[in-house]
Amino acid sequence: MKIVVLVKQVPDSGAERNLRPDDNTVDRSSANNVINEMDEYAIEEALRLQEAHGGEVTILTMGPERASESIRKALSMGPDGAVHVLDNALSGTDALGTSRVLAAALQRINPDVVLCGAESTDAGGQVLPHMLAERLGIAALTGARKLTVEGSQLTIERQTEEGYEVVTAATPAVVSVWDTINEPRYPSFKGIMAAKKKPVETLSLADLGVSAEQVGWTGALTGVASHSKRPPRSAGQKVADSGEGGVQLVEFLTNEKFV
Amino acid sequence: MTDFGLSKEHSELRETVRRFAVDRVAPVIADFYDRHEFPYQLVKQMGAMGLFGLPFPSELGGMDGDYLALCVALEELARVDSSVAITLEAAISLGAMPIFRFGTDEQRKRWLPSLIAGENLAAFGLTEATSGSDAGRIRTTARMDESAGEWVINGGKVFITNSGTSITSLVTVTALTGPDEISAIIVPSGTPGFTVAPGYSKVGWCASDTHELTFDNCRVPAENLLGERGRGFAQFLSILDEGRIAIAALATGLAQGCVDESVRYAQQREAFGAPIGSYQSIQFMIADMESRAHTARLAWRDAAARLVAGEEFKRQAAIAKLHASTVAVDNARDATQIHGGYGFMNEYPVARMWRDSKILEIGEGTSEIQRLIIARDLGMK
Repeated sequence: MKIVVLVKQVPDSGAERNLRPDDNTVDRSSANNVINEMDEYAIEEALRLQEAHGGEVTILTMGPERASESIRKALSMGPDGAVHVLDNALSGTDALGTSRVLAAALQRINPDVVLCGAESTDAGGQVLPHMLAERLGIAALTGARKLTVEGSQLTIERQTEEGYEVVTAATPAVVSVWDTINEPRYPSFKGIMAAKKKPVETLSLADLGVSAEQVGWTGALTGVASHSKRPPRSAGQKVADSGEGGVQLVEFLTNEKFV
Repeated sequence: MTDFGLSKEHSELRETVRRFAVDRVAPVIADFYDRHEFPYQLVKQMGAMGLFGLPFPSELGGMDGDYLALCVALEELARVDSSVAITLEAAISLGAMPIFRFGTDEQRKRWLPSLIAGENLAAFGLTEATSGSDAGRIRTTARMDESAGEWVINGGKVFITNSGTSITSLVTVTALTGPDEISAIIVPSGTPGFTVAPGYSKVGWCASDTHELTFDNCRVPAENLLGERGRGFAQFLSILDEGRIAIAALATGLAQGCVDESVRYAQQREAFGAPIGSYQSIQFMIADMESRAHTARLAWRDAAARLVAGEEFKRQAAIAKLHASTVAVDNARDATQIHGGYGFMNEYPVARMWRDSKILEIGEGTSEIQRLIIARDLGMK
């Protein structure tokens, strides 16, 4: 089984993050850049599939030079190799453009399963898995909290706010996962050492047959018009107990979907 | 030239262990500590991460790392909790390393793979009730029963780490095999005549496993001799030499953990209308703590670099152990002081660090023994 895991380098969600005032993009220069947390769950799921069914696991990343640091970290968990799409013209690419580039790269690799995190901690759009599946003309199994494989049949439990749905599809397919699906492994020292020697193929837009006009700032169909700091928290709602305070509390919790 | 900076790979290991300690150990360790319970679930995860195999070759299931890698991992674990750190330190330095270093191929193949995987633990029985620093004065005997081809062991050992867990596979004991002749012998767990007493009630390291052991006509096969007969004393001295660097790294971790906790607390705790961290008395105390932790780290990194380079490191290891353990006790005392009454409450990590610090000046060679080693290395006999 050929598995590709999409890995995105994002600014650390634990630290303070900012948008640049000039072009409204994420300021990545000041941030500590890490693997998108949800992608680690996708890597773990890929490695478990490989352990159970054999095959190979490839990391696919689109990003600037410094993303190679995240690729190496991903490889230290155990995948066999990586493909890094690196091109100066990619700066400013939106989700649609990203899906165009990644779809082109995936067509080259031709995997049975594409695994990815259900969302990234920076943009949080949750649209990429769908776009990719659409471009590739394959099924999208999104938001999985469980994945099982029988032959060429993939079955996921799709997490919803109320519970879960069982969705199946034949390979090839795109599967996006939530952090409820597994517990990602910590890389071992041997894995860290081995990651240095694993093959990382670097591809440009020309290699993929994608023209520079279709991506980057020129190709972007969406953009951030303006941004402002998050407003300070407003005061919470006070419940005065005049006999039915408990009921009000339960109503609040239910409405907010806490219970 | 000795480089105090870590390689990229060692730095990444450090980050990984840090993440494990903060995400996995910190949230659960206080409960284990309170109940004086061994954290099997954490040891299992540490095994899966390959921590027990850090300095061993991959032919035996190890990580192809070095002693520096082990020390880096120990420092980061102890920065959060010393019980899991000493469990790893003793399992490798005292448990698996003597077998790796002195064992026959057969002994290595039989015992090491599961130790290196962290599925089993091994212990080292040296200290006795009446012989600690004076480790040559042991009384435990091992008599060769030629007709049966067995060692018959009689005596007892005290304060033996990792000796009584449900995954402990063996204890290597030092015993008199003749007049003035000390040898090391492997005693598998469960051997008749080998009794493990219930765990001690300890001041610190409460989530680590420590027992008194007794041997009453305990018989093991002749081939369980580890290394050469009569070389037991020299063997454990060389094991303790490198173990000192590991303990120094562990002590540095505790000292750094005290800084972490104190900085955090000083910024949020207010007194007289301002965070206590805005007062110079607290700032200076924490600055001193950080300086001490830093120099302790330099000391063990120097000793480890010498060891890895195959250079003499005996004196530097003793200096590192002496200095880092002193620093750990000093930092734990100051961190508790900064926390005030809360620092005296067991639920606060600094209280645990305070309780865990004292043993560092005692275990694996007291501070007095370290001074003796340093002085002798300077030519004073």
